[in-house]
Amino acid sequence: MSEGNSEARQGSMEVFFNGLVKENPTFVLALGMCPTLAVTTSAVNGLGMGLTTTAVLVLSNAIISLLRHIIPNRVRIPAFIVIVASFVTMVQLLLEGFIPSLYSALGLYIPLIVVNCIILGRAESFASKNPVIPSIFDGLGMGLGFTVALTAIGAVRELLGAGELFGIPIINNVLGMFTSVEYVPISIFVLAPGAFFVLAALTALQNRVKRKMQEKGQNADKIQSGCSSDCAGCSDSGCAHRFVDVDGAPGSVADAKANKKEG
Amino acid sequence: MLDVVKDLLVLMIGSSLVSNVVLSQFLGLCPFLGVSKKVDTAVGMGGAVIFVITIASGVAAVIYKFVLVRFDITYLQTIVFILVIAALVQFVEMFLKKYVPALYQALGVYLPLITTNCAVLGIALTNVQKSYGIGFSIASGLFTAVGFLIAIVILAGIREKMEYNDVPESFRGMPIVLITAGLMAIAFCGFSGLL
Repeated sequence: MSEGNSEARQGSMEVFFNGLVKENPTFVLALGMCPTLAVTTSAVNGLGMGLTTTAVLVLSNAIISLLRHIIPNRVRIPAFIVIVASFVTMVQLLLEGFIPSLYSALGLYIPLIVVNCIILGRAESFASKNPVIPSIFDGLGMGLGFTVALTAIGAVRELLGAGELFGIPIINNVLGMFTSVEYVPISIFVLAPGAFFVLAALTALQNRVKRKMQEKGQNADKIQSGCSSDCAGCSDSGCAHRFVDVDGAPGSVADAKANKKEG
Repeated sequence: MLDVVKDLLVLMIGSSLVSNVVLSQFLGLCPFLGVSKKVDTAVGMGGAVIFVITIASGVAAVIYKFVLVRFDITYLQTIVFILVIAALVQFVEMFLKKYVPALYQALGVYLPLITTNCAVLGIALTNVQKSYGIGFSIASGLFTAVGFLIAIVILAGIREKMEYNDVPESFRGMPIVLITAGLMAIAFCGFSGLL
């Protein structure tokens, strides 16, 4: 009994670290790009968005996993959407009530957590096939991985764009110790274009790591090349699914085009 | 009357150029990056987005006014909107397949990609937030989607030219596209002087 328990716990921890490091949703799988760009104007916003998503992900994974034998396969996507949307609404109301500053900073992007690829993707590929405890750990790992990534992107943008980190003017504090030079913030990094540039640098880094791994003969298949031609994570992980399966499995754009050519 | 026309003009410039849905709000980024390799597919995707967003924002506005406000359950808006939009997209797809096969040939393959697109839900929620009426909601949806079409067609045009360029190895593929999008976003920042 105790052996079985420890085994299960090991499995859970593995699932947890899998989401946090090996399959980090933002850096490795390139999932859920929309909010990563829009809300990461500062490290605090990134952290807030990440934790909000984590809460929704853990709760929805748990409930979907509990209901996995009850939900009929054909209507699973609408069922998942209802469950996720309910939790998002709850979290939104709680934020509005208790952390109004974060609520107004994130604004529209809180309800948009519903359509975040990570959540439906994990529901489809993990929670609907696994027991409750591993699903909760999967949600926790993926959510915290997402949080770390968002906070890191937010920190880079805040540091370059405002010279601050979590609201502390860190660059000027350091510079002030040695010189009288003042840091002039590159404010474009807090604006919309900066988000694209930071993400571009990030995916370039990802490409480089992947190339080096392939040169050494390691398996780098898991690393998606940052929202590749077919919108990488999205079409594979539940976002591009049809609402209700009518006639056969839904295909990606590439498949559909191939069919169109053949037909 | 003149006031309405003026408001519509401001709405048109504001939602299609100044606060462009992709380049300044980051909504609908997936199709923007994923389906922008060639100009003709980009036009198809843009057309599908215009079609879906215009209908969806109209339907969402009607439901908001006559169901959610009427029964005082506006806090359910996220759940109701996402369900209505997802069902609507599939219904539109089936309708087109059966009755307007020519349009389905042109737009059909893109429709499943838009089912859970954040742009569609985002615009429905923005319309409610700005308390637009039904007419203005439809107009706002249409103009925002036109903004998407403009952005994705420009990006596709640039990407077609870029195929022949010598891009540093690590920046090949998505990174250089993101940098292009960033430069376009800077250019679109210039429109903010219009209003």
